[in-house]
Formats: sequence, C-alpha cells, structure tokens
Amino acid sequence: MSVLTAAPPDGEVNPLVEGLERLPVPSTTMVIFGATGDLARRKLLPALYNLAHEGALPERFHLIGVSRREKPHEDYRAECEQAIRRFSRRSPDKNVLEGLLEQVKYVPGVFDDDSVYERLARELDEFERAAGEPLARMFYLSTAPTFFPVIIEALGRQGLAGRAEEDGAPQDGQRVRVIIEKPFGTSLAEAMDLNRRVLSVFEEPQVFRIDHYLGKETVQNMMAFRFANGMFEPLWNRNYIDNIQITAAEDIGIEGRAGYYDRAGALRDLIQNHMLQLLCHVAMEPPARFSAEEVRNEKVKVLRSIRTPTPEEVGEIAVRAQYAAGHAGGQDVPGYLEEEGVAADSHTETFAALRLEVDNWRWAGVPFYLRAGKRLARKVTEIAITLKPVPHLAFSREGSLGVRPNQLVLTVQPNEGVSLQLGAKIPGTRMVIRPVNMEFLYGTSFLSQSPEAYERLIIDAMRGDATLFTRNDEVEAQWQICDPVLKSWEATPAPHPLPQYEAGSQGPTEAREMMREGQGWRTI
Amino acid sequence: MAEESDSLHGDSVWVGQDTSPDEIEAALRGLLAQRHAETDGVAPGRALNMIAFVEKAWTGEIANRMRAVGRYHASRLLVLAYDPRRDRLDARASIAPVQPGPGETAVLRETIVVEIGEAHLDDLPTIADPLVVSDMPTVLWSPHGHPEAIDALLPLTQAVLLDSVDEPDCHEAIERALQLGERAYVVDLAWLRSTPWRERIATAFDPPGRRAELGSIASVQVTHHPDSTVVALLLAGWISARLSWQVGRFIAHGDSLRGKARARKGEITLDLRSAPMQQERGLAGVSIETSSGRKVSFERGPGGLHTRRSGRGGAELQWTILGASRGEGGILGEGIRQALLRDPTYRPALHCASEMAP
Repeated sequence: MSVLTAAPPDGEVNPLVEGLERLPVPSTTMVIFGATGDLARRKLLPALYNLAHEGALPERFHLIGVSRREKPHEDYRAECEQAIRRFSRRSPDKNVLEGLLEQVKYVPGVFDDDSVYERLARELDEFERAAGEPLARMFYLSTAPTFFPVIIEALGRQGLAGRAEEDGAPQDGQRVRVIIEKPFGTSLAEAMDLNRRVLSVFEEPQVFRIDHYLGKETVQNMMAFRFANGMFEPLWNRNYIDNIQITAAEDIGIEGRAGYYDRAGALRDLIQNHMLQLLCHVAMEPPARFSAEEVRNEKVKVLRSIRTPTPEEVGEIAVRAQYAAGHAGGQDVPGYLEEEGVAADSHTETFAALRLEVDNWRWAGVPFYLRAGKRLARKVTEIAITLKPVPHLAFSREGSLGVRPNQLVLTVQPNEGVSLQLGAKIPGTRMVIRPVNMEFLYGTSFLSQSPEAYERLIIDAMRGDATLFTRNDEVEAQWQICDPVLKSWEATPAPHPLPQYEAGSQGPTEAREMMREGQGWRTI
Repeated sequence: MAEESDSLHGDSVWVGQDTSPDEIEAALRGLLAQRHAETDGVAPGRALNMIAFVEKAWTGEIANRMRAVGRYHASRLLVLAYDPRRDRLDARASIAPVQPGPGETAVLRETIVVEIGEAHLDDLPTIADPLVVSDMPTVLWSPHGHPEAIDALLPLTQAVLLDSVDEPDCHEAIERALQLGERAYVVDLAWLRSTPWRERIATAFDPPGRRAELGSIASVQVTHHPDSTVVALLLAGWISARLSWQVGRFIAHGDSLRGKARARKGEITLDLRSAPMQQERGLAGVSIETSSGRKVSFERGPGGLHTRRSGRGGAELQWTILGASRGEGGILGEGIRQALLRDPTYRPALHCASEMAP
C-alpha cells in the first residue's frame, strides 16, 4: 500500500479537475431569441454542433429557439440541421447531430407577448423535470437591438431572470445568464438606458455583452504577448513609441445588409466596440491577476483615460467617407449610394477614422489612429506600433530605401501573427540599409486550429467566466468616446455626398490630413 | 539525386541515394527556397519536430496513420525507416502546403524519410540531429519497439510518444512508461484514450452539491477493450491519485482485475473488466457507486456516452452526453498536440497504476 499526496476532497475544490484542458460546464438549457436569424444560422448553431462533436457541451444540454414565425418543433429542428450542415466548420457526425437535434425545441411568438414567455417557462420546466434537477439557463439575445429591452423586461416580469436561492449563492443549476449581442445601443444615452433596464432585471455577473473579437485567439494572445515577454515592456510607452495604428479593413461592400448598415455606419459597426477593445489590449496596464474583474478594470481605466473630443475638435480628429464605384477582385463594383436598399441621399459613413489620445503617464502624447472601412484594398485587421526613429544615423541614405523606424505589427486577420520590421544591410560592398520583416505566423507555430470565437464565448458564458465579455461601465466608456463624434457629425450639415473614396483603394485622402506631421497610414 | 514537383498536390520532392544528412538538409533548404521564389504566400511550419523510428516494411502503414492526424501533423517529420540489411543512406525529402483559407499564408509541412540499416544504429543521433529544426520541440515515436533506437535518440528529444496499449503485458507497459518518464516527458496514447472519461467523471462530481460524494465512493468498475487493460489501470490510477486513495496490487479473476483501495472514510472496490464486444481500443464503460447507494455510469455508444444516474431511492435517469469518436487518427493527432503541453496528472496516475498492476 502506498500513501499518496494529492489533496483530499474537502467539498470545496474538485480534485478531479486538475490537469484537464476542458473544465466542467454546468448542465444548461440555452434559449436563443432570434433563433431563425442570420447569426443563429451562420454562427450559433454551427458553434453548438462543433462543441457537441468535441464533447465540450455540458453533460446535459438543451436548446430552445424563440422566433416570430409559427412552426412545429420538427420544422425548426430541420432548419437547425440545414444550418449546421451548411455552415459548420466540420462535416457533421450523424449520431451526434441527431443527438443534438433531439434536445431542440421551438417556441413561436413576438417578443412583447407575455404568453411566449409562459410557454418558454413550461418548456424550460419540462426539460428540468426530465433531467430530475434544475439546469442552468442561458438566454442568448440574437435579435434586432430594439428587442433587447423588450425581452429582458419580459424575462423579468415572468420570473425567468433568476430563481430562489438556497443557502445564499445559487448552485450551478440555478444560475441564469443572459448573453446580449452587439450593438449595445446606438449612442451613449441608449447604452446607458439599456444598461439601466438590463440591470433592473439581472445582476451584472449574470450579463454577458458579447464582442466576438474578444473570442479570437490573436486578440487574447495580445495579453500573453505583452505580459509574458520581458522584451516589450521597457519599450511599451511614450518614450519609445511614436504612434499606434489600428486598422479594420474589409474588401467587401455591405453584402445586402443595407437595412442594418445604413443605420449603423463604420463608427458604430466596428470602432465603438471591436477597435476600442483592441486599443484597450494594446494600452492597458498589466492586470494583477488574469481574472474577469481585474482585466476589465484595467480596460476601463484605459477607456476613461482617452480624451473625449469636443465638438470643435471632431473635424480635426475624425474623418468619415463613403465608397464610390471602383474595382474589387478584378470586377467593377458599385458605390455605396448605388447599393440596393441604400437611400440616394444617405450620409452613412462606410469609412471612419479617429485620432485618439490616452492621457496617462504611459501614453501621453502618443496618437492612436483607428480606421475602419468597407471596400478597401484588402481585408486586414491589424495593430501597427511604430517606434520612434533612432536618434542618430551613421549610415548613408544614398542608394537605399532608407532606414525606417521599427514597426511591430500584430495581425488579427487573415494571417494571424506578429511581424517586426527591422533595418538590415543589403548584401554588397556598400553599407546600405533597407527594412526587412521578422515574422511569426500562428499557423506555422501551433498545431491546433483556433476555435471559432463563438464556440469559446458560449462555453465561457455557460461557465460564468466574463473575462472576454464587456462590462456595463466598459461599454458606456466606449460610447463616451464615440458619442461626441457621432453627435457632431449629426449636428453638422454634411456635404452631399460625403467625401468619397474609390472602391478597392486605400481609403479617402482626407484621412491623411488627420495624421500628425511625419506620420502616415500604413498601406492596407 | 533528383528533384520532382507534384503540381497536382503542390508537393516538392527531392530524392537522394547514398546520401548524407548534410546533403538532405541542404536539399530541403533548396526546396524551401524554390517555394519562396515561386510565391511569398508560403511559410514553413515551425511548431514541432517529430522523429519516427519505424521498420521499413511498415512505413506505408505509418504514412497512413500520419495522414489521418490532419492538422496535428508535426511541422517537420523525420522518418527513420529501418531495414537491418541496408548499408547506405537513401532519403526522400518533401514539402507540402496545407491548404490555406482565403488571403492566408500556406503553411508548409516537411517530411524526410531516411532509410537506414543496422550499421547506422550506433550513429542515429548524428543522422537525426542535423535533420531536426533547432530550437523547436522534438517528439520521438518508435511504434515498433526498438528500445536501442529510443535510447540513442532520447537526448535529442523533449517528449516521447508511446501507446501503452501496444505492450501485451500491462505491468511492463507501465514500467516502461515510468522509466522513460525519468528521461523525457511521456505522451501516452493509452492515457489520452481515457481523457473524455476523466472529463466526464470530473464533471459528474463538479456541482458543489455532489463534490462531497467523492469522499464516499465505494466502488469503481471499468470495462475495456480486451487489449486495453492498461487504459483501465490508468483511469483507476488517476482517480486513486486525485482522491488520495491508498492502493494495492490487483488480483486477476478470469478476464477481470480486482483490487481494493483505502480512503479516509472506508474501502473502495475497484473492478476492471474486459469487454470482448468492444470494437475500438480504449474504455467501454465506467461505473461509480457511493456508499449511500448513488450511482453514475457512462457507457460508450453512438453519438457519445450513454449515461445513467440513480439516487438512493433507485430512480434512474438516462441520457447521452454528446461527442464523436476521435478514431485512432484523432488519438494519434491528440498525442502529437500533447507533446507541446504538459499534464501534471499523468505521472501520479501512472505511479498508482504501477502499484495496482498485477
């Protein structure tokens, strides 16, 4: 007989969890509002299937779809199957797919009708009766944003937002969580109002505001890159960094989404959420611990340090434009105003750029340039950190492309990786320097494929880990930065049409004017 | 020596006879340079070296197994194909792109097959060392045994891949893994075959209300493929190590192994049974019962693990925990991926299994 040293079970810690890559997830019933929508079909259902395929779903998992159209459970299951077969990243296993679909039900109705929630409650209870125990409940709001408060308040009215707690904290099976898709409001006032209404029904730890960029491996790796490597921290400040550019460029147009896009525009669609999150990851201080609260505290500090533009400053620090007809992928493409569903006098920007400053000791004086646009030269999302030039250059500039300041580029998509631009001697008898790249590509350095962002985020929400979700004060701080720009744009008579840029180009020439002297946009 | 290009699959191939490691390495560099000259949209994978020491007659089978691992293929695979009668080195080096997504860089995988003979066994490190990428982790796999080759190549590697299921005697399999573990990190496919079961057992007892039941487990029954007693022993070793049970030697009863363990609150019966009908290597089922009569069991089935749970009153609930079988290719791929990770619970489980194995 041997005596072993592992910690004995004490009822507090589960000793069986150590060493497992996948942590336990409580048994859950997930309810998707907007269950027949594009996001559910393209992302959520395939993500759920892939989690099931990998054995990553909770031991008991049920799905209830809620949407307006009347249809029997069987028809909704067939729609789910079709969506999974079409959009899943792997070919479905027959038995797993059948097993998943068996756990799917459908509740039809409009979201402001209380009887929908009564029926939903009955279906939830029925799953729990069959399971013989309470199951965690997760409501996923994948509807048009106007329905978010409607659904939240109805869940509250019907007593679905929480359950009686025994002995203080709820057990896993009693937990109720809500995931809210973007956009979280279209202005600061709306975001604050939505937060108020959400938090009048749910507690903040129950609320998971999704920004799927945070589920991307490369975005998560930015913290590892910064805080697990000693070589960057000494340079990561105003003394060595000249400027930071964050780009989210798409080569496609609005792809038939005029209804959404013409109301949103580039600033609301990408900059207010995804790009400010990327900025936070670049600019934040190291958190004391990698916990949801510590990480989000640091991000909020960054957002609150960003100088809010005054109406007079908006013209200098913000640029908007629309794409005109041009060429993409070797084909002629229409301009934004010629797109189907877009009004001929639309002032919605398809390109937006901001120059922001983070007023703290680390970043004072360093401009952060953000730009996002459609129908640009190519699809790329990246963060480019340009260092200050060396103080003295002993080499001749003659016959050379020149020594450029070092540039560190973190690419989020499509070639996920990190590249460092250095000066190197061109082989030959003369001491002539040109920039070269030292590259790290995710695809070459890891064997695993990055999981889809939605797979990671759904499981995190089920486990109650909010690290990769946006907190209420965070989303309001994001709006506090963008709101003055939007208000100024709305208040100022816009030229008609807005400044134009040719489809397939680098964007509007006006974007160059917001750069400080000696600084320029990276080529997309 | 010759260079070929398979335009259909985009492979670049170099073949050399009576060659040397330096020449092979130079040829591979040449192939990479040629690829880069053709397009800058390619980059060599730099995640993991894998050295596979295999008998030449089985190289086709090994190639098939490697094809089945999909994206977990090592970025540079060095196959040392052993034929005792051979007295010269012949080699084939190839690079093949993994199909990229739109706008993405294609990652190149490199495969080098070197045919070696008995005369080369003493010089294995000098053949292999120049052919692995420096500063990149290396995993060694010798699926047909050959301990002399493992001994020779171990200094070049950080991890050893093995499948304890391949060893007919489970006591010897466990001792071999323990010994290798003194010199390198061991990735045991037998251990990985138990991963979904360990995850499910951990989850079954994870709700705070059920964690206390871990202290009152009275029996654990594991059923397994007839070849996979070692997987069952590792699972029993894992639960014993994690719960600080004192374990003793198991006794064979027909086609099952039985033993006892002692916990703070009492004795636990451990029963490992062969399941002759089980097709796939690995486990067929796990059943855990507490002293209060609560029971949870998992059984391999189509589409996942068929699960039963019963309370004190005997009322039973049944459902399926979804999950697709990984198949042998998936398990080997997982083994390759695990060569870049570290699982702190394997060795304690192995030590327990060593004490239990008859």
